[in-house]
Amino acid sequence: MDNSLVLLLLLTPFFGFLFNVFFGKKAGKTISGALGTIAVAVSFVMSVYFFMQVNASGKPIAINLFDWIQIGKLKVDFGILLDQLSLLWLLFVTGIGSLIHLYSISYMHDDENMHKFFAYLNLFVFFMITLVVGSNLLVMFIGWEGVGLCSYLLIGFWHKNQDYNDAAKKAFIMNRIGDLGFLIGIFILAYTSGTLDYAGMNKAIQFNSAVSTPALYSIAALCLFIGATGKSAQLPLYTWLPDAMAGPTPVSALIHAATMVTAGIFMITRMNFLFDLTPEVQNIIAIVGAITALVAASIGLLQNDIKKVLAYSTVSQLGLMFLALGMGAYNVAVFHVITHAFFKACLFLGSGSVIHALHGEQDMRKMGGLRKAMPITFATMLISTLAIAGIFPFAGFWSKDEILMVAFEHNIALWIVGSIASIMTAFYMFRLMYLTFFRDFRGTEEQKHHLHESPSLITLPLIILAALATVGGLINLPGSNWLNHFLEPILTGKHEEHALGSQEYMLMGIALTGAIIGIGWAYSKYIKQGFVPKQDSEIVGFSKTIYNKYYVDELYTSLIVKPLNSLSNFFRTTLEPALGKVVYGFGTAANGLGNQGKKLQTGSIGLYLFAFVIGVLALVSYLFLGQ
Amino acid sequence: MNNILNEIGIENYIFLSILLFCIGVFGVLYRRNAIIVFMSIEIMLNAVNLLFVAFSTYHQDAKGQVFVFFSMAVAAAEVAVGLALLVSVFRNIGSVDISNLKNLKG
Repeated sequence: MDNSLVLLLLLTPFFGFLFNVFFGKKAGKTISGALGTIAVAVSFVMSVYFFMQVNASGKPIAINLFDWIQIGKLKVDFGILLDQLSLLWLLFVTGIGSLIHLYSISYMHDDENMHKFFAYLNLFVFFMITLVVGSNLLVMFIGWEGVGLCSYLLIGFWHKNQDYNDAAKKAFIMNRIGDLGFLIGIFILAYTSGTLDYAGMNKAIQFNSAVSTPALYSIAALCLFIGATGKSAQLPLYTWLPDAMAGPTPVSALIHAATMVTAGIFMITRMNFLFDLTPEVQNIIAIVGAITALVAASIGLLQNDIKKVLAYSTVSQLGLMFLALGMGAYNVAVFHVITHAFFKACLFLGSGSVIHALHGEQDMRKMGGLRKAMPITFATMLISTLAIAGIFPFAGFWSKDEILMVAFEHNIALWIVGSIASIMTAFYMFRLMYLTFFRDFRGTEEQKHHLHESPSLITLPLIILAALATVGGLINLPGSNWLNHFLEPILTGKHEEHALGSQEYMLMGIALTGAIIGIGWAYSKYIKQGFVPKQDSEIVGFSKTIYNKYYVDELYTSLIVKPLNSLSNFFRTTLEPALGKVVYGFGTAANGLGNQGKKLQTGSIGLYLFAFVIGVLALVSYLFLGQ
Repeated sequence: MNNILNEIGIENYIFLSILLFCIGVFGVLYRRNAIIVFMSIEIMLNAVNLLFVAFSTYHQDAKGQVFVFFSMAVAAAEVAVGLALLVSVFRNIGSVDISNLKNLKG
């Protein structure tokens, strides 16, 4: 029974993909979109069913679909593990996935390749489920690569624009760098523990570390973290995520905000037993996370593309999650992943609604005053913005606050960095709101004439997500801590629990004050003074550096891309002709030798006979006289 | 048993055999006529045959004589094939002078 239901959960999106690939065009847009959405919704229902079951029994469901690889002592099953962690992820992947599919029916309706879009989205959900439910690292790796592929396909969905194709390739290549690290980590773990199964690895690592603490585990943990930096857009591999905004907005919401980019956090939480043993790697994770949060937030301060702001905000929030992971507070990171999925998906979908209303305009300098024309979009985005800024009592307040509390206990410097990033977040998010929805409209007259609220298929997901962003904090309120208790079985290390003391109240107050300072700063600049960001050419000084993202892309270009290009140029212009000469030389030499040998064949039988006799004489004299 | 080698020593057979063989070799090397070349080859073969039977008697071992019978049978077959080849060559180029056979020149 469970077996077939698990298959239903896993394979329905895949069948949706197959249907949309082969019959989607013929079936028409409505059926294509509806079936794609239903496929994911079925997975969601299954996830809810299993969630109820595991929540009630407390026992994870493990199923081995088939034996996959067996080499020597290493045995890898294609196993499925539905435990507390994977079910949480399944719930919000398929839940938010369903909402975003629903939204896409309306959003992508004018696109001629809508069936392809739904095919890719379904395939993405399939791979994301594979990533989450796998019972060992190799199955996770299949999903890991699969979601990368879907991300590539969807970023380059409008493939007629070369910039978009470049962005897709950039995302893919950046991810490959991380994937290599992940793969090496898997190899090391397979070598040291002889299995890739989570439970088996856990046992092997606990056993081995009791004997000694091999440095190999640190290297493995570091390699896995490199994999996570690629997928979850952390320094130094984060640059693909802002460019990934080239994809259609629902894709940005689903893949590049809510689900795929959290895969790195999922993986590290999954492997918490390994990371708990390697405090030095944990320190690196915390520091990288904090710096990423700060750098990305500061870049977000000055971006003018509405989706770019949200992209940098995603990078920054992911940085905060890694900060929590680095301090061993896996449950806190998971909490923030979930609340972030709610409000960031809502923000992206809201920005999609705005872009839709403005016929593709993404520059906030040409927006403004949309509050009256799009009340529902405005209200839902405002709620999500309050959530991400960390205003009481919205979801983001609780999760972000927990991260900062943990940071405060471990390391004051990291707490300060995280808090500054949070203040910046509040500022740039409200800057986005003020520039988009307040004061007067700055676009063309024609656009102004066509301003409209989006249809209900777009607003419904927005309303649901905004509601979740409001109450999402309930799952782990300080004091009740439902999520912490729920995740207890899968976390081996010590347990973070915050009783509500005076210190906690003080920290909450500081965080709240910080957020309000950020909002007030944005209010005075963009509402009171009516400031509109300058044109690109007028930006000077340090803000120009920030506006151009600290020139990181340029740095990578000159440090890596250009040397590689000149190396390949060297190969092409110098090495290849040289090698060619050598190869051709062998041919010419053989030819010349043959021409010389040809002269021996005179055709004179007498000469042949003479040579034959001489030869026999030589042989005989060698055999008899020589010895 | 009256051994013939008591009357004429084994060394004389060897000398005769060497002489015949050398005649054959020189015939092969110096004559142009294909038929004479062919005959010279036969002389060489028979020189060896002579040596075989001489040693067979010397060692009182019949194996050498058996071998000579084989050799003669094969030589007969070879002559048949060789002469057929020569006839065919003569039909094609109208002579059996081996210096005319230069079609295989590289």
